[in-house]
Amino acid sequence: MDSEWVIDAQGLEKSYGSGASRFDALKGVSVQIAPGETVAIVGKSGSGKSTLMHLLALLDEPDRGTLEVAGREAKSLAKRAVNELRNKEFGFVFQQFFLTPNVSVLENVILPLKIAGVDGKERRRRGMEVLEQLELADKASSKATTLSGGQKQRVVIGRALVNAPRVIFADEPTGNLDTATGAVVEDILFELNRNQGITLVIVTHDEELAARCDRQIYIRDGLVVSHAAQTHNPGAHALVIGGGTA
Amino acid sequence: MRTKDLVATAISNTFRSKLRTTLTVLAIFVGAFTLTLTNAVGAGVSQYVDAQVGSLGSPDVFIITQASDATTAGDGPVQYDASSSASVSSQQGPPGTTTKALTAADLTTIGDTAGIVSVDPIRSVLPDYIEYDSGSQYEFSINATSAVTTADLTAGAQLDGGATAAQLVLPDTFVKPLGFASADDAVGASVSIGITDILGEKHTVNATIVGVSLESLLASGAGANDALIAELADAQSGGIETAVTSYGVAVAHFDTALSADAVTALKTDLAAEGYTASTIADQLGAVQTVINGIVGVLNAFAVIALIAAAFGIINTLLMSVQERTREIGLMKAMGMSGGKVYTLFSLEAIVIGFLGSAIGAGVAIGLGSALSAVLSQGLLSGLPGLNILLFEPASVAFVIGLVMLIAFLSGTLPAQRAAKQNPIESLRYE
Repeated sequence: MDSEWVIDAQGLEKSYGSGASRFDALKGVSVQIAPGETVAIVGKSGSGKSTLMHLLALLDEPDRGTLEVAGREAKSLAKRAVNELRNKEFGFVFQQFFLTPNVSVLENVILPLKIAGVDGKERRRRGMEVLEQLELADKASSKATTLSGGQKQRVVIGRALVNAPRVIFADEPTGNLDTATGAVVEDILFELNRNQGITLVIVTHDEELAARCDRQIYIRDGLVVSHAAQTHNPGAHALVIGGGTA
Repeated sequence: MRTKDLVATAISNTFRSKLRTTLTVLAIFVGAFTLTLTNAVGAGVSQYVDAQVGSLGSPDVFIITQASDATTAGDGPVQYDASSSASVSSQQGPPGTTTKALTAADLTTIGDTAGIVSVDPIRSVLPDYIEYDSGSQYEFSINATSAVTTADLTAGAQLDGGATAAQLVLPDTFVKPLGFASADDAVGASVSIGITDILGEKHTVNATIVGVSLESLLASGAGANDALIAELADAQSGGIETAVTSYGVAVAHFDTALSADAVTALKTDLAAEGYTASTIADQLGAVQTVINGIVGVLNAFAVIALIAAAFGIINTLLMSVQERTREIGLMKAMGMSGGKVYTLFSLEAIVIGFLGSAIGAGVAIGLGSALSAVLSQGLLSGLPGLNILLFEPASVAFVIGLVMLIAFLSGTLPAQRAAKQNPIESLRYE
């Protein structure tokens, strides 16, 4: 079943505003994301890479084009089903941490479980488990505001992870961090992919981070300019230029 | 999200911005405090008036007088007619008017009216003094209508209209002077009442105290049952049988099964016969209308304060929604439905409303009870039995409920705004 858990987007179009101020963010993008792979969506700011991620993560609806998640047409899903899908199957890591201040680290991490309606004891157990995994167990009862940037981003990853999702969407996950802590956060994400088979979709303009992914999708002016697949053989860069899907 | 978690989250969110919440809660506090107090005044005064109504008479009783003659100025003197003009004018009419007395014939007419069960004239007796166990003698008066009234008792029992023994309900102001240790001590004691007959001779009549009543605003004097009144009246007449056969006022019992409309019809019938019949409710209706009017105006001011507070709630929550745009966006991205977000913010409004109203009502009850106790000892000591502030659990609960409803309605706009937020827009928000 896992092998069928594919996100398949065909001819996605999305524009904002109307008339003279109309801005076409995406002009027909097709992507497929297979289970267990790591994909980087690379582009400059304004290229439409974030919009693409939002569409793939069902945070927004395309104006045109189809999107299938695990063989189901996203448009045909009820709002409730979409909410549940985002809650159970997706995890989110944003450039900004979006942590609730004045609330403990544990409370921040278990927010998705709270939304899912998991009971208090189970929430605590799973929250602590994730914090343990991220070596933040000792900070569980600290206020989120007292943490350093790297710790905060680890809490965010914990929050994305606590529902045991299939896919983690990360929008510039290291954008707010210095190189050293950024590298630590990257390591955690790729380790999750290796050890737990979680699919990673990373939006970035950082070429180095993009290079660590299995595949890069380059976006410019709302169009895919190239798909690049990287073999797992380190050092050997096989670049595929053109519209071919990996 | 579970309801329990929603409520817990709403409560903790409310305390996130303590100063802002406190100020909003204070605004609601003022409204709830005022509303609780005005309601308590209304309830306290109403209860007092009800007790006074009880002291005036039972609900199935008419006080009947002759319809007052319209001796309007300019008509000149009315020619004497032996059949219709009565020799006695009663002192029961309003000041400045004279009311003709009721004769035995009138009583028969009233008694024959359909719907009237019985009619009794009120015989006024004028005792000189009351005395207990050869102690001091005190000036004393008897309320002529006491036989049909319900006294506001502090001890003992009501008068028994059918008893053959002379019974007395003593005003509690007489308890100590007469030498009783307490009201309960007075019940069952026998006292002597002195009375002077029309020939100037003095008599004493013995009566048993069956109850002790609070001094009433509307009916003063002691209560005496029919047996005691008859005994006193006999003593007063000095054995002369030519005593008056006309009375100022008569008390008529009507059928208790009659509906309000039937009672009105009965009054019309009696009016057609030339009598003015009024129930106790009629007599006190005006008083209660005035009190209700005053309480209504006070309540209106409290509600205005609450409406002002409602804008405070709207403002507070709008600021909160603005501040927490990203948080809302994040929760929505993580699969929280718009409905749940709406519920969360509505609950926050309700929590603020509950805090303000519960504290307001609590402080009102605390301060009000203390004030009430002080007033009843001081300023209002002349009105025994008046509990100026009466806090009824139902009306306090109503005030809290009302404020929470207002808070919920105020929260609608901000909550809707939060629920409608687009997660992506919110997450982009800087």
